[in-house]
Amino acid sequence: MDYFDRFAVPHPSPAIYASMIAIGLTMIAVVAGITYFKKWGYLWREWLTTVDHKRIGIMYILSALLMLFRGGADALMMRAQTAVPDNGLLDGQHYNEIFTTHGVVMILFMAMPFIIGLMNIVTPLQVGARDVAFPRLNAVSFWLFFMGAMLFNISFVVGGSPDAGWTSYFPLAGNEFAESVGSNYYAIAIQIAGIGTLLTGINFIVTILKMRAPGMSLMKMPMFTWSILITNFIIVFAFPVLTVALALMTMDRLFGTQFFAMANGGSDMLWANLFWVWGHPEVYIVILPAFGIYSEIISTFARRNLYGYNSMVISMVAISTLSFVVWAHHFYTMGHGAMVNGIFSITTMAIAVPTGVKIFNWLFTLWKGKIVFTVPMLYSLAFIPIFTLGGVTGVMLAMASADYQYHNTMFLVAHFHYVLIPGTVFAVLAGFTYWWPKMFGFMLSEKIGKWSFWFITISFNVTFFPMFITGLDGQARRMYTYSESTGYGPLNMLSFVGAIGLAIGFALILYNIYWSTRYASRNISNDPWDARSLEWATHTPIPEYNFAVVPTVDSTEAFWDSKKKGFKLFSGKIEKIHMPNNSGVPFILSCIFFVWGFAMVFSMWIIAIIATIGIFACMTLRSFEKDHGRYISVEEIEETENKLRGAK
Amino acid sequence: MKMKWALLTILFTIATVLTGCDNPLMVLDPKGPVAATQANVIMISIWTMAFVVLVVVVLYVLMILKYRASKQSDDYEPPHIEGSKVLEIIWVAIPILIVAFLSVVTVKTTNEVEATPKGYEKQEPLVIYASSSNWKWHFSYPEEDIETVNYLFLPTDRPIEFKLYSFGPIASFWIPQLGGQKYAMSDMVTTLHLAADVPGEYMGRNSNFSGSGFAQQTFNVNVLPTKEYDKWVDEIKATAKPITEDKFNELLEPGHVGQSTFTGTHLKFSPAPEGENSGHHHGTSDTEKTDSEESSKDSHEGHSEHSNH
Ligand code: HEM
Ligand SMILES: [Cu+2]
Repeated sequence: MDYFDRFAVPHPSPAIYASMIAIGLTMIAVVAGITYFKKWGYLWREWLTTVDHKRIGIMYILSALLMLFRGGADALMMRAQTAVPDNGLLDGQHYNEIFTTHGVVMILFMAMPFIIGLMNIVTPLQVGARDVAFPRLNAVSFWLFFMGAMLFNISFVVGGSPDAGWTSYFPLAGNEFAESVGSNYYAIAIQIAGIGTLLTGINFIVTILKMRAPGMSLMKMPMFTWSILITNFIIVFAFPVLTVALALMTMDRLFGTQFFAMANGGSDMLWANLFWVWGHPEVYIVILPAFGIYSEIISTFARRNLYGYNSMVISMVAISTLSFVVWAHHFYTMGHGAMVNGIFSITTMAIAVPTGVKIFNWLFTLWKGKIVFTVPMLYSLAFIPIFTLGGVTGVMLAMASADYQYHNTMFLVAHFHYVLIPGTVFAVLAGFTYWWPKMFGFMLSEKIGKWSFWFITISFNVTFFPMFITGLDGQARRMYTYSESTGYGPLNMLSFVGAIGLAIGFALILYNIYWSTRYASRNISNDPWDARSLEWATHTPIPEYNFAVVPTVDSTEAFWDSKKKGFKLFSGKIEKIHMPNNSGVPFILSCIFFVWGFAMVFSMWIIAIIATIGIFACMTLRSFEKDHGRYISVEEIEETENKLRGAK
Repeated sequence: MKMKWALLTILFTIATVLTGCDNPLMVLDPKGPVAATQANVIMISIWTMAFVVLVVVVLYVLMILKYRASKQSDDYEPPHIEGSKVLEIIWVAIPILIVAFLSVVTVKTTNEVEATPKGYEKQEPLVIYASSSNWKWHFSYPEEDIETVNYLFLPTDRPIEFKLYSFGPIASFWIPQLGGQKYAMSDMVTTLHLAADVPGEYMGRNSNFSGSGFAQQTFNVNVLPTKEYDKWVDEIKATAKPITEDKFNELLEPGHVGQSTFTGTHLKFSPAPEGENSGHHHGTSDTEKTDSEESSKDSHEGHSEHSNH
């Protein structure tokens, strides 16, 4: 029996048992449902083995939405626990696990995949390509991310969640202070997902650099594509650091090395440095694509070209470069002296300059425009002032002497939510609503969309603004409770009320999806927003080959020119199209990775070794496999095209 | 639109609340020179940033009031505008000036708070070792040869140098009304300079998450005029029991304990990780470590002497 003890959750509670049952029942229901409707074959052929960037994108977004609700549930519990002083809803241990998983899930399993999902769907279309450069690798990326996320999530019911914060500082996350397998999950699950992300980085750099439509020079790319190119460069430079850090962490926890230990020359500061050398670029990985999304949407709904295209590109390059030289601002208080802190303060504040350039360029894109307030535009417009508040509080934090007072307080928590939510979350919601018709062939309800927009925007401020104040009043972050005499009670209650409002807003988004799927008109054009870039130039729904004829481009807004100035996008005749074959290997490989990860978490070496062999077997198989893809014949393309045109 | 005005109103209300004095926020209610410097920096940055926010919000409101589709004729076609060199230079140059100004403020004040506070340089600082263990604070006063747990007594008008380290996870030593925080770590001693001007009782805590008992890892700070402080020290010496290695090890056990007081300090049998006891004493094998530990009793320069064995 002892052998099985390790799978038990160390601090069980009725809530955890209830979730175990709920998860079990849901899984049985899903399996039963698929079997009943005889959808296994469909699922395997059309989704699990797909290498189509559009479907992979949709799977990314669905997983991200799922994780948004998982992370949101964590957040609600935290706000409920701190809503009143001396609350006993959760004990310290549970609270610690919840804020740890909240941070990891939201950053790595919600924000990242949501962005990568949109990037998958939109980028190849915007550059006029038929797929990404390495379609099968793309499927590997997705499935590795998915299995990493699932592995991380089962920690909740098998063996216990990590509890050392999303930053997982040592020695707290070492074996001495984190005895449960929770932190093993952290090290292994993020590693698996991280490999997927690194592969995405390589894939999209190559796609954007090598597969653009004829005539699309770098400075004629849409701004979203630019943001994705730069983001993927950051991924390729930053993620290897995380890979190494997590590998060292795994060795410390599983094999008795002492890289980050308290004795024998191990260094807790080494972990903090490695973590933030990845961690700060990471926050820009999730914000730059958001900037790209806003650039597209603001220019579409101001009915004007983007103001200051060149400076928009230059400022993003500047931001991405600077993002690698500011990491120490996350631990000014580690004692590295006035000189080092001064230098990092200056580099950090310098980031505000290119960020400001972008804000002003967006404002001037509105100038002389003709603004239409659609849901995507509302999110983009709300982003500008709220994100500005997040940015200026970032500058305040960047001042080392003052940061000694803000660090580790709710003020910091308020700052990063003020940049991450109006920045990343609003952007993915806006992008999701904006590109939804391209993905699914109908539009989301504007009316319900506006309701959720207002709920989310107002509640967001109600939730997070009070934290600036309690932070300055000395409330440290990550405290599971506080006493009444501190006086933090009322403002924390206000935050809780806001959190409920946010939950309602997000629930309305789900309702919107449901409502629109049932009732929205399927009779929409290929270009329902009257937009400007190439993704709107193809049919809705998008044929698997994206464009029957590869478009030719001669400006940043070739599609707009084709509508307004009669520019000819598609010249040339239809030829047979080469497409990649579907493959089950990425899915199977990732399943083996999952088994490997699970075995590593629980130190089950024999299984881990067998899984390792399986992983290498899959890769060897791929190396010797002859797969030249397939051709879609001219007749088949013409038939599809006629059908799609006829549908309109 | 209403939202923007709401935001502005909020901003100004906040600014007034922050500067108002009926119920000031802890960080903005300094009781010592370091916290005062920091509160100053914070207010400078808030006003500077309020100016930035104001510019953005004004432009923003103008744009969306004036250029909304409902205000324009149906056949209005927005023009194609590339950008403007002049405007671009303006919104690069002004932010650079602002950042330069704030950089000067930061560098100057960071140097200030990392040194003995101004006006206190003449006096010998009172050195206190503050060490964290799950989830307590141990304060050793080598000069007075006493040790307290979970509470601090400090004299006014004398610079204080905290030597911080930890017996476990990274902790962060923070007394908001006296000054900003600094980490206490297991492999290195960090130094925090503070001083207190005003007698009173203040809150101190570990602000860096360190496990399940973290929320309650607080301590009381009592600032007394010098005379009363000396009286307190004498009293402790007369009444408290000496700290022993056994007693100290008992205290190190994870958990929460109340306040207690001892004569002597634990530094004698369990020295702080500085000099030759530092966790990063590179190139020293185990045997050398033992003999350097022995010699540490008479010499305190350690590192440079021993590193070239
Ligand atoms: C003007 C730009 C920005 C500046 C100057 C800035 C500055 C800072 C500083 C100095 C800190 C560390 C504070 C401390 O720990 O005491 C910080 C923390 C943080 N920032 Fe920003 N920031 C900026 C923009 C952003 C953006 C765009 C994002 C993400 C979208 C972001 C996300 C975060 C996060 C997640 C943390 C804290 C993470 C943690 O400790 O858990 N920041 N920022
Ligand atoms: Cu950062």
